[in-house]
Amino acid sequence: MPNKDKSTKFGSDRAPASSVVASVEVAKNEKDLGAMVAVSIDGNEIKVPFGTTILDAAKKLNIKIPTLCHHEDLKVAGVCRVCVVEVEGQRTLQAACAYPITSPMTIKTYSSKVRKARRHNLDLMLKHHVGECYSCFRNNNCELQSLAKEYGVDFYRFGHDTEPHHEIDRSSYSVVRDMNKCIQCRRCVRTCIDLQEVGVLEAVNRGPDLDIATFADMPLGEVVCINCGQCINRCPTGALRANDPSDEIWAAIEDPSKHVVIQTAPSPRAAIGECFGLPAGTSVTRELNTAMRRCGFDKVFDTNFTADLTIMEEATELLIRLKKALVDKEQVAFPQFTSCSPGWVKYLEHFYPEYIDCLSSCKSPQQMFGSIIKTWYAETAGIHPKDIVTVALMPCSAKKFECNRPEMQDSGYKDVDYGLTSRELAQMIQEAGLDLPNLPHSDFDDPIGEATGAGLIFGATGGVMEAALRTAVEIVTGVKTEKIFENLDIIPVRGFEGVKYMEIKVPAAGPVPPILSKALGGLKDFSFLKGATLKVAVAHGTANAKKIMEDIKAGGKFSECHFIEFMACPGGCLGGGGQPIPTSPEIREARTRAIYAEEKTLYSRKSHENPTIDRIYKEFLNDGPCGHKSHKLLHTHYIKRGNKIV
Amino acid sequence: MSKTEKKLVIFSDLDVEKALKNALQKSRPDIIGEVRDSGLKGRGGAGFPTAVKWNLAAAAQGERKFVICNADEGEPGTFKDRVLLTDYADQLIAGMVLAAYAIGSKDGIIYLRAEYTYLRKDLEATIEKMRGKKMLGKRILGKDGFEFDVHIHMGSGAYICGEETALIESLEGHRGEPRNRPPFPVTVGYLGCPTSVNNVETFITALHIVEKGAKWFKTFGTEKSTGSKLFSVSGDCEKPGVYELPMGITIKKLLETVGGEDAKAVQVGGASGTCVPRKDFDRAIAYEDVSTGGSIIVFGQQRDMLQVAINFMEFFCEESCGQCTPCRLGTETLLEGLDLLDEGKCSLKHLRELCSLGETMQLSSKCGLGQSAPNAFLSIVENFKSEIFDTRCSCR
Repeated sequence: MPNKDKSTKFGSDRAPASSVVASVEVAKNEKDLGAMVAVSIDGNEIKVPFGTTILDAAKKLNIKIPTLCHHEDLKVAGVCRVCVVEVEGQRTLQAACAYPITSPMTIKTYSSKVRKARRHNLDLMLKHHVGECYSCFRNNNCELQSLAKEYGVDFYRFGHDTEPHHEIDRSSYSVVRDMNKCIQCRRCVRTCIDLQEVGVLEAVNRGPDLDIATFADMPLGEVVCINCGQCINRCPTGALRANDPSDEIWAAIEDPSKHVVIQTAPSPRAAIGECFGLPAGTSVTRELNTAMRRCGFDKVFDTNFTADLTIMEEATELLIRLKKALVDKEQVAFPQFTSCSPGWVKYLEHFYPEYIDCLSSCKSPQQMFGSIIKTWYAETAGIHPKDIVTVALMPCSAKKFECNRPEMQDSGYKDVDYGLTSRELAQMIQEAGLDLPNLPHSDFDDPIGEATGAGLIFGATGGVMEAALRTAVEIVTGVKTEKIFENLDIIPVRGFEGVKYMEIKVPAAGPVPPILSKALGGLKDFSFLKGATLKVAVAHGTANAKKIMEDIKAGGKFSECHFIEFMACPGGCLGGGGQPIPTSPEIREARTRAIYAEEKTLYSRKSHENPTIDRIYKEFLNDGPCGHKSHKLLHTHYIKRGNKIV
Repeated sequence: MSKTEKKLVIFSDLDVEKALKNALQKSRPDIIGEVRDSGLKGRGGAGFPTAVKWNLAAAAQGERKFVICNADEGEPGTFKDRVLLTDYADQLIAGMVLAAYAIGSKDGIIYLRAEYTYLRKDLEATIEKMRGKKMLGKRILGKDGFEFDVHIHMGSGAYICGEETALIESLEGHRGEPRNRPPFPVTVGYLGCPTSVNNVETFITALHIVEKGAKWFKTFGTEKSTGSKLFSVSGDCEKPGVYELPMGITIKKLLETVGGEDAKAVQVGGASGTCVPRKDFDRAIAYEDVSTGGSIIVFGQQRDMLQVAINFMEFFCEESCGQCTPCRLGTETLLEGLDLLDEGKCSLKHLRELCSLGETMQLSSKCGLGQSAPNAFLSIVENFKSEIFDTRCSCR
């Protein structure tokens, strides 16, 4: 049977068809005959395109139908039965999220039948939802709790378990699973299978014994989980959370012998305000600096500095690969893949281990930062690295795994001690009694607080590519990048298209700058690239990464690319698994806008123009990007994990 | 296993090859029209008009179309399809060819219940034999441009896979869980193609109808429930077995036929059906009254009806696929309630709450399983409340 047809027709071949073939195609052209259908919802009339769900039609009328298993990013499930409504002429109630309007109909969204059914279904879900709201990190940000309040749940009609029935799985560095709180809405399953196409979580058993489980119920730390944490962002309850290190961090802050340094990634500053009631897309960079200082961090640094450093190293690596292939005629792995996203790195290690040579050997900005702090900074500040605790504020749950990778100790110590998510820092700030939105502004600390806009846009999908191109184009052509790309904006790599592709013709050849002369083996200029076409691509979300990888495997157009940016999370880091909950396409778009707006205000938008970069190569890293010392401290290696679990 | 003396529809004589040849002389709309005029409704239990289903599948756009035989007979107390698969497999396959011709399909699948694995070899032999007789394959019985073939797919023992969309999921290699509907399988079914899923008995009945005429078929049964139907009769009666009886027969008459006149109650329609008490034995077995896919379980005077309810509810707890809330947790909650009743600990107030939950399950479950899971509970509690309370609780 042609199972392959299905994968092309419905997208993922791992996705259960129940969630794929769940909708009727929505009419695109409103003017077509029969494209619009008249419906009456609670007595309000509206015409909607054929195939629109009842839920979407109600939204247009500002009628709120409660949902729980529904999520904008995910395929339709229709399993929680909270969104049921009465459709005139139908014997049973219908799930508004899943029911397409294909003929005129009259709908009641809050009749007594409907309200009773919703209440009953909530009562049933609360039956095995073990845990007190006070002692839950999702208190006041829990969809089940909100619904219980909205539907007036004032007692447990069908009982309520008080004893946990699952052991909490803390085996993963990144994600903690407390299945006692799980209500089996399967958002995590759909996130993992459909949205990310990783497929670690699945429903097992039947009836009341149904559980969400990993393969063979193995601990999460031992399966092919890539730690992206997207499931956390979409869990309606507190069943999934990140592994919270804030207790250890508070302890380090309070330990007078420790010098606690925090580096802050670009994405949290554009999102953390959401935890304090600010609308999505409000950047609070300088308020956040103050907050972190007041929490007791001794130094507040900007990860964007090592993002700039990453660009220097990664662009140089690319030029070395190009030179080896074109000038030295050596066998080199192409395309070069970015390695900033630890979720993506682990995804590749598991599912495409044969392509590990394509991964840039550059560490991620977080890990570069860690080794620089415990070497260069320790030296200049005169503090012994054993007394330094480095904390990394990240939008990411996979960063917790990354900093615990055994190879990440090139400084001689654990380079980054703790990965802290935006949510966890927000909690610390609240504990410290600080009102983030109204704090005075302050700057990052020197010397590693200086960064360019190129580092900042790492937070958005396409940002690493854009930053790399701004530097690489200028170095190779000898022409200012802004002369080639108006306002320095490289639009084709931006935006939320799942896979982006771009070709750049190299119009001129510049001289090899002195800083690169060693790395490029005495090459005088880039004439070997003149007239060549540089092909690059960008993918965000591992499902999109999979598309590119499969194309490369098949020898398609992406196999001819030179450089590809991959980010594990939809939208890039600003949609990371450590960011404030909830998430949606609109929220991620707002965060992106905040990042690009802030970028315009910075003194420079090209990594190689960062004066501290110049300084660190002169003072510390000595022989330029990809030189001996930077190889030791800023580069790493990977593991061919494969997807067989032993 | 006994059959009735009188041969009505299914057990009436039929030359399969001749019937199929005659059918292929007719136009496609004529075949669907004949089935429509006969008033044939799905024999699996849901009672959806067969001609409507075929017509929708015929009209649906799709490069490929599928005809699927639902041979996942799993309703407790049903075993009539087993008889058909054993002794009338050639009629079944010819019925599938007929459906394929009517809707324009080339591919047929028999989804066979795991417990019927022992039938597979014989079924495959029949398929092979029919290929030899040109009743399957290319140019069937000389009909230009018409090809169709059938293969067997084994189920794995899940009751829910008798639900047509769960069956399709299972065929595609996924967990057997019902899909959201619409779209219905007739437009988006197996592999996203238009698919008609029909019961074993439906295919065979349709073959008889097209050969012998809608008018003949309608001489049996009632106006709304035309024709005859197979019944799997089990339980406390003298002559359990498979019977072909006209639709609309009263329960009383049926019990006389099978030697169960003394019954206290009859479960019509298996676990998902209704429990009919003695006072209602005048009711008719028909789509418009008490509907069934064929399961008739007779309960004698000595039966404890609460135990019957517990038995059915345990079945649903085991067989619920678990995806939707009301079914996954409603079945469990009702079972807990029955256990409380058994212990004499269920208050009337709580029982009312449980009956209300049963209504919610009927209304808000995603598929037929959850919607019918509380039926037995509700009908037994309603009809045997005094028996349940009198024998168990002194503190009403």
